[in-house]
Amino acid sequence: MDLRYSESEEAFRAGLRSWLAEVVPTLGPKPSNLDWLGRRAYDTTWQRMLFDAGYAGIDWPVEGGGRGASPVEQLVYLEELERAHAPYVGVNFVGLLHAGPTVIVEGTPEQRARFLPPILRGEEVWCQGFSEPGAGSDLASLRTRAERDGDEYVVTGQKIWTSHAEVADFCELLVRTGSEDSRHRGITWLALPMDRPGIDFRPLRTIAGSTEFGELFLDGVRVPVANRIGDENDGWRVTMTTLSFERGTAFVGEVLQSMELLRGLRSMARSTGEWHEAEVRRRVGHLGAELDALWALARRNVSQAARTGVPGIGGSVYKLALSELRQRIAELAMELVGPAGLVFGDLPGARGLAGADGADGARIPGNAEIVHTWVHSFSRTIAAGTSQIQRNIIAERILGLPKG
Amino acid sequence: MDFELSEDEVALAEGMRRLCAGRFPLERVRAAEGERVVMDGAGWSELADAGVFSLRWAEESGGLGLPMAAATVVFEELGRALVPGPILSSHLAAGVVEGAADGKVMVGAVSRPRVPGASREHGASGARGPIVVEHLGSLGALVVVGDDGLAVVDPATLDAVAVERSLDPLTPLWLVDHLPAGEQIGGADEAARWRRDASVLGGALLVGLATATVDLAVAYAKQREQFGKPIGSFQAVKHLCADMLVRSEVARAAVHAAAVTIDQPDVGDATRAAAGAGLLAVEAAVANGKTCIQVHGGMGFTWEVPAHLYLMRARVLAGALEGADALAEIVAERY
Repeated sequence: MDLRYSESEEAFRAGLRSWLAEVVPTLGPKPSNLDWLGRRAYDTTWQRMLFDAGYAGIDWPVEGGGRGASPVEQLVYLEELERAHAPYVGVNFVGLLHAGPTVIVEGTPEQRARFLPPILRGEEVWCQGFSEPGAGSDLASLRTRAERDGDEYVVTGQKIWTSHAEVADFCELLVRTGSEDSRHRGITWLALPMDRPGIDFRPLRTIAGSTEFGELFLDGVRVPVANRIGDENDGWRVTMTTLSFERGTAFVGEVLQSMELLRGLRSMARSTGEWHEAEVRRRVGHLGAELDALWALARRNVSQAARTGVPGIGGSVYKLALSELRQRIAELAMELVGPAGLVFGDLPGARGLAGADGADGARIPGNAEIVHTWVHSFSRTIAAGTSQIQRNIIAERILGLPKG
Repeated sequence: MDFELSEDEVALAEGMRRLCAGRFPLERVRAAEGERVVMDGAGWSELADAGVFSLRWAEESGGLGLPMAAATVVFEELGRALVPGPILSSHLAAGVVEGAADGKVMVGAVSRPRVPGASREHGASGARGPIVVEHLGSLGALVVVGDDGLAVVDPATLDAVAVERSLDPLTPLWLVDHLPAGEQIGGADEAARWRRDASVLGGALLVGLATATVDLAVAYAKQREQFGKPIGSFQAVKHLCADMLVRSEVARAAVHAAAVTIDQPDVGDATRAAAGAGLLAVEAAVANGKTCIQVHGGMGFTWEVPAHLYLMRARVLAGALEGADALAEIVAERY
């Protein structure tokens, strides 16, 4: 076991850190989450800056436009991005974190050449068409139908929880190509171009009041067979690859972000005097110990990915523990921020020092940030497989308990 | 950076697992339940020969010169196998107390009670109840760990009363009214290091217990049938088992990271990492011990099923670490 970074990893870190120090302060404010076109422009511009500087697709293969670096350097990259408060994947999280990695592993050389570079250059944004109104946790029961017609599939059905579909160019789409009751043996993975006729999108309002996801209606949409990733009816296996990426390393930034939030909360409690309460200190200490442990677990998962090429099943343990922990940190934040936590928008001067650096140098979170973190923490234990589904996966696939 | 176990570490763990399976199978360990002496000299010598006490000691002094990370993988196996005896204190005393490293002397440890009212900075509790010493009848030396330093006491000079029944039937206890000053063998820094290392290696023993209970509960859930199928096929039971694994894996990562941080001080704050690891390891072992009993149902409440032994040992080992509140305060202050 070795936690020291190599000389080349440290050199990579130093170069990235100085580049971030230069460019991050030049970025304008992020558009609001009611202005998704503005968000798309902001996020894809940032992606293009990363690409031009050689920092796009750190662990993607060189022929796909990536840097071809190790998962460890990808970890260093995420660490430095978080430290610099740089933007993260934004509206193209599906392209950069799920669809791209899936095409890398499962796509043909032609598909890799077609789909990967535009993701890294910030030219094409992807959304996800997995869940359906009748197929959530039971994803294998999905019913969106694809009929083969010459060189095309004709797709009809409905998807839900599709994030940022109104600004997406492609959708990673799971369709039923087998018989109605074929379950996981009859699913196919398609790259659906979002400009095709027959696609309708209806946004859904979240409990945060924003419209980051919605329903996708597909009525006789024609998708070229060339856009199929993997074999027909082999989409379930392809999907498992996607999900292992989603659960494995996609949440690393959240651990570091949570550590910063916790330091900010300590600073807030010190400035308000609540730090004198042993109960507050002990909760901060306990949450801190858990975050340190998950940061260790993240590095273990990355080390495993570096050895085997694919994040291991341990991603489910990590995802479950992190999403539950984040809710408890957010709960503490809401308790500490007091009545200002009842307001969505920024209250200048809430808790005295909000937004400023505390005496210990940590940035004290404002009430809006805390409320946002708290509300969004509820999506963490649902999205990418609920906590209950993660427990089933851990029990059945790691511990070998029988299916119910 | 490669936080997976190295080939050497895997081999070390496997070697210790083989030794435990051959020399300390559960039925043989359990044969000493309720005895005043639960580990014989021959068994102790085998542990010493395997390097359990000396493995971090410098090679020129007869040790193996291995880092803390290596010690944690060995201690996990000892915890998993429920190997009894003052293993942690004897290991920590190697190089400090004559005869500890080579297994000639079993060394125990006890915390010197804090004077009521004179609490430490973070409000650690004062003296409570009697002074309890583990394995006293087998000890050649007893280390007294206080805030201001380490002292060694000759166990034969203590006025001690054996406890009729101890919570862990494999950890015999004695009550002592008064601890003499003893011979000073270290100052406040050595005492702080003792506690830090006890958090990590005690944490490793606890992770071993937590892991063993996952195996025990899962094996039972696969085999025990109700409503015509294995109880492990019901989500209510599955999720208990899944949560057990999450606790043990998270605690293991914390213990390993703390050990590596002690070995490689540039990668982080070893004091914070050790305190956090100890905190999570105690919780994992205690919670998993309880859950293991629950998964076994009525059988879990019987003496025969060993689930209780892991829980009781976890309580004993928790006493070798600072309390949960004190550990959390250390992390909070240094975060």
